[in-house]
Amino acid sequence: MARELIRLADVSKNYRKGRELVRVLDGISLAIEEGDFVGLMGPSGSGKTTLLNLLGGLDKPTKGDVEVDGRNISRLSTGALAKWRASNIGFIFQFYNLLPVLTAARNVGLPLLLTSLSASQRRKHVNTALQLVGLADRAKHYPRELSGGQEQRVAIARAIVSDPPILLCDEPTGDLDRATADEIMSLLQRLNRDYGKTIVMVTHDPRAASFAHRVLHLDKGELGAAPEEIH
Amino acid sequence: MNRFTLIWRNLWRKPIRTVFTMLAVLVVFFLFTLLEGLRIAFSLSDVGAAAQERLLTSHKVSLIMMLPIAYESRIARLSGIEAVSHGTWFGARYQDNPEFAQYPVEAEQYLALNPEIKLDEGQKQAWLGNRMGAIVGRPVANQYGWQLGDRVPLRSSIWTRNNGSNVWEFDIEGIFDDTDAGMNAGVVLFHYDYFDEARAFGKGTIGWYVTKGDGSMPIEDVMASIDAEFENSPAETKTKTEAAFAQEYAKQFGNIGLIVTLILSAVVFMILLVTGHTMAQSVRERIHEMGVLKTLGFTSGSIFRLTVLEGLLLVLPVGILAMLLGWGALTVVAGTMGAMFPAGLQIGAFSITLGLALMLAISLGAVLPPVIRALRLDIVALLRTT
Repeated sequence: MARELIRLADVSKNYRKGRELVRVLDGISLAIEEGDFVGLMGPSGSGKTTLLNLLGGLDKPTKGDVEVDGRNISRLSTGALAKWRASNIGFIFQFYNLLPVLTAARNVGLPLLLTSLSASQRRKHVNTALQLVGLADRAKHYPRELSGGQEQRVAIARAIVSDPPILLCDEPTGDLDRATADEIMSLLQRLNRDYGKTIVMVTHDPRAASFAHRVLHLDKGELGAAPEEIH
Repeated sequence: MNRFTLIWRNLWRKPIRTVFTMLAVLVVFFLFTLLEGLRIAFSLSDVGAAAQERLLTSHKVSLIMMLPIAYESRIARLSGIEAVSHGTWFGARYQDNPEFAQYPVEAEQYLALNPEIKLDEGQKQAWLGNRMGAIVGRPVANQYGWQLGDRVPLRSSIWTRNNGSNVWEFDIEGIFDDTDAGMNAGVVLFHYDYFDEARAFGKGTIGWYVTKGDGSMPIEDVMASIDAEFENSPAETKTKTEAAFAQEYAKQFGNIGLIVTLILSAVVFMILLVTGHTMAQSVRERIHEMGVLKTLGFTSGSIFRLTVLEGLLLVLPVGILAMLLGWGALTVVAGTMGAMFPAGLQIGAFSITLGLALMLAISLGAVLPPVIRALRLDIVALLRTT
């Protein structure tokens, strides 16, 4: 049995919008095992991205604890969280979020600037990541010279280049056509299956969700009663 | 890739904008250097210590009114006086060039009173032995291409000769350097005896006396005693330190220092606004990317440093290049128009420091407000921006 990697205990997140208190997440408890591939679905505004942000240490819960690999990240300082993110989390966004002024290789190499690797080691890691996503021949291309699917693959290479155990994906296929979306999902599936990455993916697309081991439904800040097991 | 690559690539995100910003910086610091050179040249504020000790005695009413040569011995007899000499404004030009400074002087006394005039001993002896001889400051010799032994004609706008001509000829016997780059740097000095004998009017008069105290009494008391000596005479006197005199002389050009400073401030302020706006716009365009970098694990501190370094990289190298170009231009102008700028055209440590401080102010003033504002937002808010 795989060990528990992520645990949310009674997590709530509120925002204040003027005088109004908006409850985005309300008492969420959740456990995700190492090597799991979890899909998060739900209507817009249900709190999916907020939950993902809490898992990735981009935001802090109003109440409750987020533990990753036994460490309560809700209690970490901003600086410690940044350092923790650099070595534990790979983010994949809907709109890729590549830096337009950098080539694909340099975009992929960005997280490695935060490590103590030498320049040649960084180059080696970047090449490996680009080969893994099948874009070694596009290393010197700028994002504007790539298709949407290629940009997302560069973003995935950037997410895995420092070999983090967890990948958090926010609508990774939301901006892609069906065939390209399938390619991206297959790539994520391979990263999960062959490289043991634990993946949590927010998606609206049932087809993308079908690649996950299990799907959780969020609605009005609460997890749905009976998550549907896909595989 | 390293962090410098990231800074460099961000700097050239919009090449045309970067080039125009750099051109603006280049222009402002080139102008800054030229204007600083002019300000220093006109202010004569850097006259040396000797000028603080020497006294200039002129007619109380105006410098253009003459004093009797007989005053020399009376000043010399006053207590607290070590040496006296004199000078007179000759007001001549060479060919069609602008008028510049020439003084008929008593050679040995004048040189003794002005130790900053560095003249080769052989040239000095040659000058002393030639009644038509003259010595010239190096800037003047360079501008007009005068060599030792040349005979040069100068056309005075004031003094006519006994024969009715206002063209005076001099033999160049010496070329001197002025180590203080003060009032003597760009002048022609020639013999008073030759001048007094040959002039058609005003014989036995001089323009001003130069005096040095012997240190036995305060310089203010020496000044007061000279003026008291000639009180109620037909030609009352006004005595000041040479440094104060130089400042008042400079004021004849209007308060050029103030005007230059005001123009300079306006130009620098305008460029600051333009550069600041451009840099701020560049940072605003990247707020979303700052969110991405923070997501990847970059701290606010490291993003702050990257952005500040980018601002410095945009301004500092170009600003320093502009000041070097400005310094080169000043050197060229001083070489060709040395007689107009007797104190030389140059910038000193103060101007360089001021220039660098302005570069830092422009860089940091432009970058800090937007980047601090951006980094105060949390990552989620940064990522929400488009």
